[in-house]
Amino acid sequence: MERTIAGNTISLNEEGYMTNFSQWTEEVGKELATEAEINMTPRHWEVIKYLQKEHQDQVALSIRRIGKSGVVDIKEFYQLFPLAPLKTATKIAGIPKPASCI
Amino acid sequence: MKQDSESIQKMMIILSKGTLENVYAAFVLANGARMEGINADVFFTFFGLEAIHKKKLEHLHVATVGNPAMHIPTMIGGLPGMEALATSMMKKEMEKIDMPDILEFLEILTASGVKLWACKLAMDMFHYKKEDLYEGVEDIITVGDFYNKSQGPGTHILFI
Repeated sequence: MERTIAGNTISLNEEGYMTNFSQWTEEVGKELATEAEINMTPRHWEVIKYLQKEHQDQVALSIRRIGKSGVVDIKEFYQLFPLAPLKTATKIAGIPKPASCI
Repeated sequence: MKQDSESIQKMMIILSKGTLENVYAAFVLANGARMEGINADVFFTFFGLEAIHKKKLEHLHVATVGNPAMHIPTMIGGLPGMEALATSMMKKEMEKIDMPDILEFLEILTASGVKLWACKLAMDMFHYKKEDLYEGVEDIITVGDFYNKSQGPGTHILFI
């Protein structure tokens, strides 16, 4: 489905994840964060930028991997995105939901 | 996550076994719950205590006897060294799929907000003390305490 967010038309899947990363802008990310009830701080953006880079490098994301990233530890990751951090953060980042069990 | 009365709010996982595959099952389920925004506690009882016993948690094995799915004949599975061999093979496979070892998994769980509890009765039976346990364990509690912590809508109790 398509939606207009912050003046941009973006494509989303049925779970609300963007299907075309080239449509992502920081404004779109901000709006998606508001919908997820996340108040974005510079720390949040650092994590989002890291996730986007991992996605571009085609790295499979997992909680374990994020804990070893050196960007954020697992405890802080849960503090930044309290409910379902990996799902919430990837949604804001405009990248697919990771198919990870760990 | 939905916050309505029908959604799962909390998983109370009881781990009663100390074989590697059962410990991993409990840990993956607890961690997976947190990843979905669901609270999770693990209550370690009987042989499950081995998974939080500092001197034992790095020496857990898969069972090669009495497990038909291993496809090792029982007589062979019982030979000296077979458990260690099967365990080392399984650990190699787990590393390939990004599965952490037990100690690292405990660290991931506590960092993710999973609460770890040790069963008082089993602690007494095995003569274990609090200082024998992994530091991230919250406390040693009774089964009554466990049920008290399980109260509230959307709580599910799972026995492994």
